[in-house]
Amino acid sequence: MSGPDVPYLIKQISEATEKAVRDAEIFLPDDVKAGLTKALETESVIVAKQELQNILENIRLAEERSAPLCQDTGIPVIYITLPSGITWTTEMEQAVLTGIKNATEKVPLRPNLVDPLTRENTKTNTGYDMPPVHVKTGEKFTITALPKGAGSENVSRISMMNPSDKDNISKFIVETMLIAGGRPCPPVILGIGIGGTFDIAASLAKEALLEPVDIMSAYEQDICDKVNLLGIGPMGLGGDTTCLAVKVKTAGCHTASLPVAVNIQCWAARHATVEVSL
Amino acid sequence: MKHLKAPLGDEVLSLKAGEMVTLSGTVYTARDEAHLKIMEEGFPFDPKGAVIYHCGPVVADNRIVVAGPTTSARMNQLTGFMLDAGIRGIIGKGGMSADVRKLLKGRAVYFAFTGGCANLAAARMKLTRVYYPELGMAEAVWVIELDRLPLTVAMDAHGGDLFAVVEEHAHEVFQGMYPSGRS
Repeated sequence: MSGPDVPYLIKQISEATEKAVRDAEIFLPDDVKAGLTKALETESVIVAKQELQNILENIRLAEERSAPLCQDTGIPVIYITLPSGITWTTEMEQAVLTGIKNATEKVPLRPNLVDPLTRENTKTNTGYDMPPVHVKTGEKFTITALPKGAGSENVSRISMMNPSDKDNISKFIVETMLIAGGRPCPPVILGIGIGGTFDIAASLAKEALLEPVDIMSAYEQDICDKVNLLGIGPMGLGGDTTCLAVKVKTAGCHTASLPVAVNIQCWAARHATVEVSL
Repeated sequence: MKHLKAPLGDEVLSLKAGEMVTLSGTVYTARDEAHLKIMEEGFPFDPKGAVIYHCGPVVADNRIVVAGPTTSARMNQLTGFMLDAGIRGIIGKGGMSADVRKLLKGRAVYFAFTGGCANLAAARMKLTRVYYPELGMAEAVWVIELDRLPLTVAMDAHGGDLFAVVEEHAHEVFQGMYPSGRS
C-alpha cells in the first residue's frame, strides 16, 4: 500500500473487525435460524419443542435487546480474505486485535481469554497470541468473526485414524456426539476436518462451521441422520433434533495417515462477515 | 402446565421428570465460589424452600443484561449440604450426577433451563439484591425475582432422571448402529 492510504485502511480494518464481532454475537445467520425453525416444525417430542421455542425466542430477544445471544460470548476466531495487490502486515493484524478489544468493551462481551497455566485474564479477549487470525487470498477484502464458546469446544475430538479405517470415520463422529451428549447445547452443527496433518484437520473442522447449513452432501446427510438417531435432542433432554447439519472439509494427507477432527458447535452457531472498503 | 412459585414446598414432590413448568418468585444464583463460601460461612438467606440457579449473569447498572444457565455438573460435589439445609429446587443445564439424583429423593427437584438462552432468562428477571459482591460478577449470589421462566423438570424427587434415560437410549442406539462397540 502507498503511504497515505495506510492509516485509512488500518482504521477500516479495526472497524470492520469490531462490526463483524458485534454482528456475530447478536444476530444468528439466516441459514441457522431457518434450520432451527424447521426443526421446531418437524420435532415430535414435546419437551424438545419447548427447548427449540425457547431458543428461537432467545434469538428474537437478542436482536430486540441488541445483546449477545449467549453469556458465553466465546473467543472470536478471525478469518480474513485478501484480494491480490494487498499484503498482510503486522499493523493490519494489530488493527484486527484493536477491533476485538473495542467490541469487548462496547457490546459488551465477557472477557474470556486467560493464560492457560496461570489462568490470568487479559480482560480484552486478546493477548497471549490469541485469538487466531487466519489469512488467505480471495476476491474481496473481508473479515469474518466466529465467536466460539467453551461448552461445545470442550467436547470436540480428533483422531489419527488408520488409513484402512476410513469406513469407520462416521462411527468416530457419531461416537463423539454420543460422548458429548447434552453438554455442547444441542442442536449442534458438526464441523468435520478430514485429512491434512494433525493441526490442519482441526483447522478444517473449525472452518467447516462457516459453511451454509441448509445444504449437505449425501455423505454429510448420512452422518447427520445417524447422529439424530441417537435421540439426544435439544439440551440432551431427548428428541429428534440433535444435529442441524454436518459439514465436511477435506485436504490431502500422508499416505500413512488419516486425521479426522470433529469440532462441535452449539446451536448459537455465530459468525458474521464484513467487507473492508478500500 | 404447572405454574410454580418459589420458595417451594411439598408441591415439588408431585413433579415428574419430563414435566414442563413455569417458575416465578425468588431465586438465588450460585456457582462454584458461592457454594464454597456458603458452605464455610452459612446461608446469607433462608434456605428453606429456596431455589438455586446455576448461573453467572452479566449485570450492568443494577440490571440483568444476560443470564443463561451454566453447567450444573461442576456443582455435583457441592450440592449435598444445600439439600440438607432445605433447598427445594435447582435450576441449571446438563443435569447432575447419580449421587445428586439420590440426594434429591423425597426433598427437591432439578429443573433444566435451555442452555444459551441468556436473553430469554434476562427478560423474565428482576434483580433485587446481591450477596458476596466481592466474589465478582459471575460468582456473586444475585437475588432475582422470576416471572414465569419456562423450565423442564429433568430430575424429580423420586429418582426420575430425564438426562439418564436419554443417555441410556443413545448408547443402545449406538450399539445397534455399530455392534463392534466404541472405537
